[in-house]
Amino acid sequence: MTQAIKVNKEENRKILTGNHAAAHAFRQAKVEVVSAYPITPQSPVVEKISDFIAKGKLNARFVRVESEHSALAVCCAASATGSRVGTATSAHGLELMYEMLPWASGNRLPIIINLATRALGAPWSVWTDHQDFITVRDVGWIQLFCENNQEIYDTNLQAFKIAEDPRVFLPTIVGYDGYILSHTMMPVILEDQKEIDNFLPPINHHINLSDISKVKGVDPVTTPHIVKRKEGTAPGYYEYRYSLQKALESSIDVVKQAHDEFAEEFGRSYGNGIYKTYLTKDADSVIFAMGSIASQARNALETLRNSGLNIGLVSLRLFRPFPAEDLRNLMAQFKNIIVFDRDIGYGYEGVLSYELKSALYGLNNPPFIKGFIVGLGGRDVSDDQIIEGVEKGLDYAEKGEFSNKTEFIGLKLDELDFLNRGEK
Amino acid sequence: MDLREEEFIYPGTRACAGCGMALIYRMALKALGPKTIGTVPASCLTVLHGMQGFCSTKISVLHTPFATTGAAASGILGSLEAKGLDDEICVLAFAGDGGTTDIGIQALSGAVERGTNFVYACYDNEAYMNTGVQRSGSTPLGAYSTTTPGGKTTHKKDMPKIMEAHGIPYVATANAAYPLDLYEKFQKARKIKGPKYIHILAPCPPGWGFDPKDTIKIGRLANETGFWPLYEVVDGIFYLSKKSKKLLNRENRKPIQDYLGSQKRFRDLGENIIKAYNEYIDNLWKNIEKRIEE
Repeated sequence: MTQAIKVNKEENRKILTGNHAAAHAFRQAKVEVVSAYPITPQSPVVEKISDFIAKGKLNARFVRVESEHSALAVCCAASATGSRVGTATSAHGLELMYEMLPWASGNRLPIIINLATRALGAPWSVWTDHQDFITVRDVGWIQLFCENNQEIYDTNLQAFKIAEDPRVFLPTIVGYDGYILSHTMMPVILEDQKEIDNFLPPINHHINLSDISKVKGVDPVTTPHIVKRKEGTAPGYYEYRYSLQKALESSIDVVKQAHDEFAEEFGRSYGNGIYKTYLTKDADSVIFAMGSIASQARNALETLRNSGLNIGLVSLRLFRPFPAEDLRNLMAQFKNIIVFDRDIGYGYEGVLSYELKSALYGLNNPPFIKGFIVGLGGRDVSDDQIIEGVEKGLDYAEKGEFSNKTEFIGLKLDELDFLNRGEK
Repeated sequence: MDLREEEFIYPGTRACAGCGMALIYRMALKALGPKTIGTVPASCLTVLHGMQGFCSTKISVLHTPFATTGAAASGILGSLEAKGLDDEICVLAFAGDGGTTDIGIQALSGAVERGTNFVYACYDNEAYMNTGVQRSGSTPLGAYSTTTPGGKTTHKKDMPKIMEAHGIPYVATANAAYPLDLYEKFQKARKIKGPKYIHILAPCPPGWGFDPKDTIKIGRLANETGFWPLYEVVDGIFYLSKKSKKLLNRENRKPIQDYLGSQKRFRDLGENIIKAYNEYIDNLWKNIEKRIEE
């Protein structure tokens, strides 16, 4: 399901980095308030947005804050005042925002964060892995991941539509690999503003503090119980959180719908909006991965196929809500699944690996699943590593050796001479 | 003075009896009027605002996490600017001393540095009262708190001075015991464009250990002893407020023991502490004298 690009749109084609593709999407989504703090490798997103504002190409307020914690606090407040709002960050910036993440989702504020992914310290690393993206999986945000710069642009436009849908009203993270996409130039088609306006009408928010005729106390203290008074009945915390979970669950359909509408309008699709498949029709085994690792796997599949393996790829686009039902329906047909995680659920295993295992629990004759860790902190992931993982995984499958233990591919412990001194 | 009759806080809030903060909030909202949006971090004011589904005020209020008051105000302002409503609607940030001098100081500093057009009010009850009287950066020397059981060993942070150093157009101190003075200061702040900071002493009966009927008396003693002078700094120019003017003459200041001795948090203060207070107050007023001469 590769992209079908309409020939008549060639004139809108630009050569853009992933970060600038995100900035262009913000411009064309007519974001009203942006607030951000610099961090590598995200910074060019907000530099470009600043530039658009300075040149009058975007009529937005840019609140230049002193930290990411404040950046998301500004976004929350501006969203609660009724505006279309977004920001961008990476790694430590997202971690510093942490307190505000469940605040945004609990209050059902449709804020968009572009996340140029980066490894978390310590030790310091500015290079990509998916740990920052993965670590915020339980805060109630929708999380989408992109594989190329066009997808970043397209997914941002879809993200606003999804987040602002009255069935959803949830904040959304659009993830893409730092440097690999954030700083790499690729052709990106920018759509006509009129068509985008048609696809993405102005926000009609459920909270709007600027309407002072309607007095609201937004987010005061809730009790464990429902409070009944003669003025009315107020839900307890439990009911609020139930509605958050239900909104996330129902957002899966909205993600698909926004994707399909976008595909209809602009002629580009990304699988079914939830995942993308490649060479899976006749496959008995598949690779399951996300972002840069899925892209690398596409490449490695040629060699794997030439070696006689009937293997394909499932690239996950929607990570939260985790599309368990879609994946059950898809994966039931395969014998083996090799999962590559550019992240770890520390103390357990790669997160995609264990999420998939749990999603497939209870299937009759479930596929054999083996997970591998690759490319943490920007370690290059080559075709060879993918092939090594697939071969090992299929070998385990054949022998029936199931294991939840993590296995790192591409580690070079043998080059650490200080480890070997004792033996010599 | 033309004091607005309309009330913006409904009766029966959850504030304690004799709460200095409730009095300050009431006067502040009267001064700012109905076209105001408030933002409030975790604090005693969260309690006053009541539970989900019921709002105890006639203005809309955005509750926001502890460290974010300044940022939340900037966010509301950003959205109002985008809608062209920023001249019409006043944004009021209302936080306690912990939320201002400690955990919220970074967001506040950022908000005023970038010129946010808002009124920031710090009601200072000199400790984390909402969580049960733990010390804050604004707790005064010698004061008992649950985390300074032997009395605090340092003076309170001079937050108004820190705010003044940001070069903002309006900084003022006020005191719950002088409601008309504080009403006027909020009215004045409403008319000035840019960041405005008002720091108000808020006597707290349970936290300070005095009878709820004595809130005004205790507040006045803070002024009359010279401990909490009332002043304004408008565009960098210092003005001593009327109620504090006579204190320029040292002889008009009541002994600090009158103030400290009336509160249980200062029980068993040694002579050294009293001496330190006298030096502190002398210095405070020497500086005020200098500023007035300028």
